[in-house]
Amino acid sequence: MTGSVGAPAERREGREKVSGTARYAAEYHFPGRAQAWPVPAAVARGRMTGVDTAAALAVPGVLAVLTHENAPRLAEPDDPTLAVLQDPRVPHRGWFVALVVAETLEAARAGAAAVRVDYAAEEHDVALTASHPGVYVPEEANGGYPAVREQGDPDGAFGSSAARVDAAYRVPPLHNHPMEPHASTARWDDGRLTVHTSSQGSGAVQGVLAGLFGVPAERIVVTAEHVGGGFGSKGTPRPDVVLAAMAARHTGRAVTVALPRRYLPAVVGHRAPTLHRLRLGADADGRLTSLVHEVTTHTSRIKEFVEQAAVPARVMYATPHSRTEHRVVALDVPSPSWMRAPGEAPGMYALESAMDELAAELGMDPVELRVRNEPDVEPDSGKPFSSRHLVECLREGARRFGWAGRDPRPGSRRDGPLLLGTGVAAATYPVMVWPATASARALPDGTFLVRVNATDIGTGARTVLAQVGADALGAPLERVRIEVGSTELPSAPLAGGSSGTASWGWAVHEACSRLARRLTEHAGPLPGQGLDARADTRGAADAESDWARHAFGAHFAEVAVDSVTGEVRVGRLLGVYAAGRILNARTARSQFVGGMTMGLGMALTEGSTMDAAFGDFTESDLASYHVPVHADVDEIEAHWLDEDDPRLNPMGSKGIGEIGIVGTAAAIGNAVHHATGVRFRELPLTPDRVLAGLLDHRAANDARTGSPVGGSGPVRGG
Amino acid sequence: MKEFAYVRAGSVEEATSAYASHAGARYLGGGTNLVDLMKLGVERPAILVDVTRLPLDAVEELPDGALRIGAMVRNSDLAAHPLVRDRYPALSQAVLAGASGQLRNAATTGGNLLQRTRCPYFQDLSKPCNKREPGSGCGARDGVHRDHAVLGHSEHCIATHPSDMAVALTALDARVELYGPEGARSVAAADFHRLPGDRPEQDTEIRPGELVTGVVLPAATAGLPSAYRKARDRASYAFALASVAAVLRVSDGVVGGVGLAFGALAHRPWRARRAEEALLGAAPTAAAFEHAVDLELSAARPLRDNAYKVPLARGIALDVLSRLADTALTRRTS
Amino acid sequence: MGNDQHHSETTLRVNGKPHTLTVDHRRVLLDLLREDLDLTGAKKGCDHGQCGACTVLVDGRRVNSCLLFAVALDGCEITTIEGLSGDGEEPHPLQRAFLERDAFQCGYCTPGQICSAAGMLAEAAAGHPSHVTDPATPSGEPVPLDREEVRERLSGNLCRCGAYPRIAEAVEDVIP
Repeated sequence: MTGSVGAPAERREGREKVSGTARYAAEYHFPGRAQAWPVPAAVARGRMTGVDTAAALAVPGVLAVLTHENAPRLAEPDDPTLAVLQDPRVPHRGWFVALVVAETLEAARAGAAAVRVDYAAEEHDVALTASHPGVYVPEEANGGYPAVREQGDPDGAFGSSAARVDAAYRVPPLHNHPMEPHASTARWDDGRLTVHTSSQGSGAVQGVLAGLFGVPAERIVVTAEHVGGGFGSKGTPRPDVVLAAMAARHTGRAVTVALPRRYLPAVVGHRAPTLHRLRLGADADGRLTSLVHEVTTHTSRIKEFVEQAAVPARVMYATPHSRTEHRVVALDVPSPSWMRAPGEAPGMYALESAMDELAAELGMDPVELRVRNEPDVEPDSGKPFSSRHLVECLREGARRFGWAGRDPRPGSRRDGPLLLGTGVAAATYPVMVWPATASARALPDGTFLVRVNATDIGTGARTVLAQVGADALGAPLERVRIEVGSTELPSAPLAGGSSGTASWGWAVHEACSRLARRLTEHAGPLPGQGLDARADTRGAADAESDWARHAFGAHFAEVAVDSVTGEVRVGRLLGVYAAGRILNARTARSQFVGGMTMGLGMALTEGSTMDAAFGDFTESDLASYHVPVHADVDEIEAHWLDEDDPRLNPMGSKGIGEIGIVGTAAAIGNAVHHATGVRFRELPLTPDRVLAGLLDHRAANDARTGSPVGGSGPVRGG
Repeated sequence: MKEFAYVRAGSVEEATSAYASHAGARYLGGGTNLVDLMKLGVERPAILVDVTRLPLDAVEELPDGALRIGAMVRNSDLAAHPLVRDRYPALSQAVLAGASGQLRNAATTGGNLLQRTRCPYFQDLSKPCNKREPGSGCGARDGVHRDHAVLGHSEHCIATHPSDMAVALTALDARVELYGPEGARSVAAADFHRLPGDRPEQDTEIRPGELVTGVVLPAATAGLPSAYRKARDRASYAFALASVAAVLRVSDGVVGGVGLAFGALAHRPWRARRAEEALLGAAPTAAAFEHAVDLELSAARPLRDNAYKVPLARGIALDVLSRLADTALTRRTS
Repeated sequence: MGNDQHHSETTLRVNGKPHTLTVDHRRVLLDLLREDLDLTGAKKGCDHGQCGACTVLVDGRRVNSCLLFAVALDGCEITTIEGLSGDGEEPHPLQRAFLERDAFQCGYCTPGQICSAAGMLAEAAAGHPSHVTDPATPSGEPVPLDREEVRERLSGNLCRCGAYPRIAEAVEDVIP
């Protein structure tokens, strides 16, 4: 396969996006389209005892108010968060209790404000603690991983280790907040449902709607042509699409439900908070003797979702004794779900912070500590790795970053009031792939049409799949057209788990390879309708592999901590990845850098607070939930190794959408420790935490050395 | 948002009489906060009196050397104005430290002063808030209040005023000019905003129907070294965790005049009068600044989760004062 | 629905073309563009001035169109992403630079980023300082834009895909 794959081809939909003509789900102007506005529950737990919709219905322009009393009945969904307006139960604050449909956005919003709901509120409990009496060990964690794995005698081995780290870390709730809020436009015509939705996978949306509304899937068309980001929160259908379809059925109009930004944290999933306890034992040479990673997290009352944060510890380092365990407590909180690298992102923050602590404990270079613990096989499963180049990533990263010659002593570099430091962390993300179907057609004019229900959520899927197709066809890239983003295309799985390109690309490759063979066998001019080939990778893509398949990476960060304010700025961030074959250098770089930017946010600015009294996330809008801005992001570089792994898929690719966030927060946190000498174990590293830590550290030092408070340190002398 | 009537005022008198003759009127300036609050349902005007086209959009020098900034001067134009930049650098810096380029292009001088707190309980109609709904209680006091007040709060309200600009105006001894049914008057910027006490619904000393027509910066603080510093959760486009504005005059080796104000610590920009008194006549040394700032902040009553604001404010105040002292001393000797 | 106390006839020039509409006073410019004129390039990311996705130019200045009541803009000149390049088929240099630099992924913030960059370049040329401009820079003169300036001045436009470094490069490509 040579030619297009690997080339930095320009995004196929780029012109539409920069010219403003790319249409997103709320932007389909069907004739007579109505707008809808949901009403969120105002109690954290309880029942609705009455709904008064009279005032809302009296608002000029309001067409209907849907509540559990009049909304279309749905079949019971597999995902309980989609059972909207079906009963008076309020499982958490922000749960939608009504939907106002109106001629205009203004009328819909005014109508929603006029709906009066009475509740019988019940005592609620939203506070996560590791010692919560409701904590239990689930059967499995997200992704189907066993909740607990144990090898050898981790506690005994830890107790007799020469060097030990026993530390607790906390990652707060985090919100995906894609720039496009969840939105859907739906229309029923003669028993057929047409939906435009902002989703990472229209196929799943079609299937879910078919089940909920009792309509055959072939009577439902779902498109997701352009999607303004998702990061996991649009991986499966969310309430917006169910509400849009309900409202359209109820009113007989096309209806758009575009969720207000403030409502997202309660209804589209969030990264659950995770409480980590890490115990690392090592011998004097730095070889791990024991690794224990215990995670406690929350889920909602209606859905069990367990962030699989201890799973990466099963992959990373060689150790004879280990335990990885997930525990969860169901609280009156919104249902958590996927957010970019669920499991790996918070889990590797904790593990890689602990590795840094162990390096300090041992007086070892943190890069060398990781190299020393490189396993021969996947530690937990014993399977051989299909490819693993973590050490090479660390070495290459260290070279590019200028790691050699680093003074390991914390607090050793200073520029006026700024404390400077550098840090490193490793990253990993599993290879996932799912069966898909695709078709390819050769047309008489010499062009090709490839069709697959992939979703381009900003990854550049159209572009890279065309590249894959072109090479399989042996055709120039510009001859290959591609259609994605609709259930009218050959079915394919969602854009999630960094599996999209591998899954779709495999089917595209197969279809195009078959078509190429047909073309070589075909004599004479092509028939008018062209020549077709189809592929279905079922049986191949989902075949059990004997290999442990993961991408790896290394992150390096340089930070400046303002000793006056506790403000942390990242001056440099570098990632080096071994992620199989990179299919498009241009879009791949953007994905890596994008993941690292979100990791920077996780480290420094992003955090959500569960309000114990009211049971909702306090930081519900983009003024209070701090996504990094331009000014936060200085130099971010992503590089990769050429990794040739024949045990993946025909393209030789691993997923790249998520690994960028994994390890970034730990690298930054480790750099902050290097800069300050203070080990912060709770994210994000906002000025309130950092300044308090610096002052405590200084007070402790002063007490130890007997020097007076008020010398050098956070307060600059005159 | 309920429906509302709209009238565009052509003169100040027209604006105030339109306001007076309609129940539930609000003045519409740049709208960056009012429209936001109307969408949330916090503000529910029956009529908007659009004052954006009033002839209050000039920055003009007054005969006594003071500078008047019209209430409709947009924040970006204020910050860029050469006379403001050259004479009152703290004001330009404060405005530029707030919001975003887009918001500063729309927001007006008057509107910036009148913006409401960003307390999340104030913004959420489903929660108690004495400022929004007197008597309903305060959700923040025992709730999430990392961003809230450490000075001057009351049992009824712990909100902070979010403006950066107003902090600089307070330190610079500016006055706020008002026009209303009872005519024109002016109020010192330092006295314009209130402490919450038992009437947190009242942010300022403005009287019903009064319109902010301008802000006057006095000649006395023109050209003196002044600066603004703000600490925040991200590098830009975030409200202050704490901020400080200061102006310093050093004569004969001692502090001859000083204005010091803190932002994000209280229900109003916090003019640090005790610190100023302690500094007057003292040599501008680090020790003197520490003594003065500590004296001021000794009044702080932090809540469960915002004690960090005290050392944060202390640190940035000492930094700004010492830099201003350096500037003042350099200027004197050069 | 004619003029009544809650509606007014309003004329806006949008991308050079006059539009006279009877608007609900509650209608903000963003919704007027998207719903009434089917100009959906300006995006709704937050509806509260917290993300910048709705950025357009009003009388040449960049603003958040979600916070401006349309009725108050009577007589104003609006430029959206759809009209940024004028009548020509050729894209605006910023649009071309964004393409060449791969300065976006999902594309939802992109029109706002581009309009914001266009407004920002004009501001710097007109001598507007920013938070990171050295106070010693002479006032009233164009402000040179280095990387730090570009980053600060574009901070009112969030990008969740993290295209910031590429956006900064794209903007630098068109700095005169």
